[in-house]
Amino acid sequence: MSERLQALLANRPQVAAHKPWPRYELDDAGWSAAGQALGEGGVDLLGLWGDKDEVHMALRAVGQPPCVVSLRVRNESFPSIGRYHLPAIRLERAIRDLHGHAPISTPDRRPWLDHGAWGMRAPLGTRPPAARRDPAAYEFLPVHGEGLHQIPVGPVHAGIIEPGHFRFTANGETVVRLEERLGYVHKGIDGLTAGADLEPAAKVVARISGDSTVAYSFAFARAVEEALGVTPPPRAQILRGVMAELERIANHFGDIGAICNDASFALAHAYCGIFRERVLQAADRTFGHRLMMDRIVPGGTEDMAPGGARSIVQTLDEIEPQFAEIVRLYDDTPSLQDRTCTTGIVGNDLVTLWATGGHVGRASGRDFDSRRNLPYGPYPGAAFDVPVLTAGDVDARVWVRIREIEQSIKLLRTWLADVPAGSTRQPLPTTDISGEGVAMVEAFRGDVLMWVRITDGRIARCHARDPSWFQWPLLEAAIENNIVADFPLCNKSFNCSYSGHDL
Amino acid sequence: MALMAEIAAQAVQMLLVLAIAPLMLGITRKVKARLLRRIGPPIWQPYLDLWKLMHKEAVLAHNASWLYRTAPYLVFAATWVAAALVPTYATNLMFSWSADLIAIVALLGTGRFALALAGMDVGTAFGGIGSSREMLIASLAEPAMLLVVFTVALIAGTTQLSVIAETFIGGVGVRVSLGLALLAFVFIAVAENARIPIDNPATHLELTMVHEAMVLEYSGRHLAMIEAAAALKLMLYFSLLACLFFPFGMATKDQSEIALAIGLGSYLAKLVVLAALLPIGETAVAKMRVFRYPIFLGSAFAAAALAVFLLFVSRGGL
Repeated sequence: MSERLQALLANRPQVAAHKPWPRYELDDAGWSAAGQALGEGGVDLLGLWGDKDEVHMALRAVGQPPCVVSLRVRNESFPSIGRYHLPAIRLERAIRDLHGHAPISTPDRRPWLDHGAWGMRAPLGTRPPAARRDPAAYEFLPVHGEGLHQIPVGPVHAGIIEPGHFRFTANGETVVRLEERLGYVHKGIDGLTAGADLEPAAKVVARISGDSTVAYSFAFARAVEEALGVTPPPRAQILRGVMAELERIANHFGDIGAICNDASFALAHAYCGIFRERVLQAADRTFGHRLMMDRIVPGGTEDMAPGGARSIVQTLDEIEPQFAEIVRLYDDTPSLQDRTCTTGIVGNDLVTLWATGGHVGRASGRDFDSRRNLPYGPYPGAAFDVPVLTAGDVDARVWVRIREIEQSIKLLRTWLADVPAGSTRQPLPTTDISGEGVAMVEAFRGDVLMWVRITDGRIARCHARDPSWFQWPLLEAAIENNIVADFPLCNKSFNCSYSGHDL
Repeated sequence: MALMAEIAAQAVQMLLVLAIAPLMLGITRKVKARLLRRIGPPIWQPYLDLWKLMHKEAVLAHNASWLYRTAPYLVFAATWVAAALVPTYATNLMFSWSADLIAIVALLGTGRFALALAGMDVGTAFGGIGSSREMLIASLAEPAMLLVVFTVALIAGTTQLSVIAETFIGGVGVRVSLGLALLAFVFIAVAENARIPIDNPATHLELTMVHEAMVLEYSGRHLAMIEAAAALKLMLYFSLLACLFFPFGMATKDQSEIALAIGLGSYLAKLVVLAALLPIGETAVAKMRVFRYPIFLGSAFAAAALAVFLLFVSRGGL
């Protein structure tokens, strides 16, 4: 029902400073109506975040340009969107924990990021002191039935992965219900960036989720550039694309190997580890950092080392045929296929409702890629396919990654054959440095949304929405009626970010 | 004097299995690492691990009962005795009369029972999951194992390993039933030793573990005992495989030094070959779903049952 949203926003004044999407200021009724439009479908929720005395929501009616709507918070509360549109619930719980703005008539009043260890409430809001709570005192949703037992897993896991708690309710080996509890790696990103100069803020943003550091820096740089009306030079645009695609293939190699390893098929893991390492080494030679951290800055990029393009192409030449072998091995090993096929199925209805991006959405038939649907930087006009599958199982998520690697390699070859010469930095304006900017960048996990408000050269408010916000909840659905022992496989096929989500 | 020699020969066997069990584990791990293009830890790493664990503090849950504390020693003792009973380099050792296949299966069953109880003792979710899965595997593997025992017993006319080995060395010809029994035995050995595709001894994923889940809460000397028992169990199955299906080279009637040396040499060679073959098989397949275990072990049971039926048929009815 995107017409409803259009009718709602027609003839409303736009906030002039907000670029490039329009931002509208709504009243309570308008805000609730936007929530109802979301609930009726046809509109994707891209983000929902708090501000000092506002809440903002990024929306996109399918097939149309996105927009941001804002509501002034009164009496520390705002009408809940979650009661109409489930994907908003966790975001609203986070807003209440961080800013103290309470969603009115929300279906879920439990805290989310606040585990009671801060000694205060609403650290981004009024900061009233609060007694410390036992972090373990958390009310999980009740489960009723005969013969059910619970398996608590984490937050400390047996392997070296990030912390998160998973509460399984199982009937024998079959999972009846999974409930996640996250927030263990909350770092106060929003607080750290607020009031910071652009340069230190960019460094903080680059560290929100280390495996997506390029995508985060890219998104931050673009949001700042939009706000300040700066266009980076062509060489910088292409180098940004190169870095983003290198990051994507490195992570996809790692993921494919890790998924195979979770089925105890160590051979594929060993080889994918080598591929990933080669890509990282090429990145190090070319950009001076294995993960290319802090290479993208507002206004442009760091330049690449001389001969960098040749070095990357050489690495790709080495990897491509070997990777094809591993893909064949994956496809020809029945014991492995038996584990991945039909495991952890996510339905198309769920990825549509949650507007889930990345391999999770595309493996379940949601044909969205911000590089193509909301093109930016070097992508307009670039020739690449967006692989979309419909099976929605672990196998489909592996194949989406495999196809994406192939497409990324194609993009890299095109760009590296002809990198424009010239400068890689466009200086930022030195006077009148204010504005609001929003940007969406396709990280390897899916779309990262970045929103900044700059006042007098400083970040007044910066919000980053990781793709995992709309993927974590679907993991709960994916594991239902699967067996407990298949959870690691499902989880790895999602590979959601804890750090990016916990902020 | 003869008695002394007999005691010495028996003692050598008992200490031999204990001494080289970690080495076999080290060889499997090394071969696996090389197959994955890793250098891998040195083959004596399991000894160092055991040494380290023996010197670490054993952490116990507050509600751990005596069962939890004694189970590791019980498991170790039962497995060691079972492993030491299997004729390795010579038959007719002092305790050979007690080296009965059914007794060995029973000893292993006892160890497993103790460990499964200990897994549930402190009441963690993983211990319970591990114990339940272990028992699922055991209930499928043990009947198949007994059918393998019947097969060889029907051919040799006894369940005493020493006599079986001697009979087989004497030559029983190529038998289809023995081939089927070998197939079944390999499947059972993979399941019993918690190897891929049933279980992954190297996994860090607590939700997929079987054996490792049961012993997840153990530490220090208790864990050392369990690890040593696991190494011994692998050794036992290697020895049993060598003794039942490839008994050549074993010293039988002739217990001279040369015969014993040949027996020892051939035994060690067989072990190394088996220790290298295991990881090769493991690298080629992925771990199976928990609900596939019955199919995997069911095929072992079917093969062993077929072996027994074939024997009956070929004898013209008993």
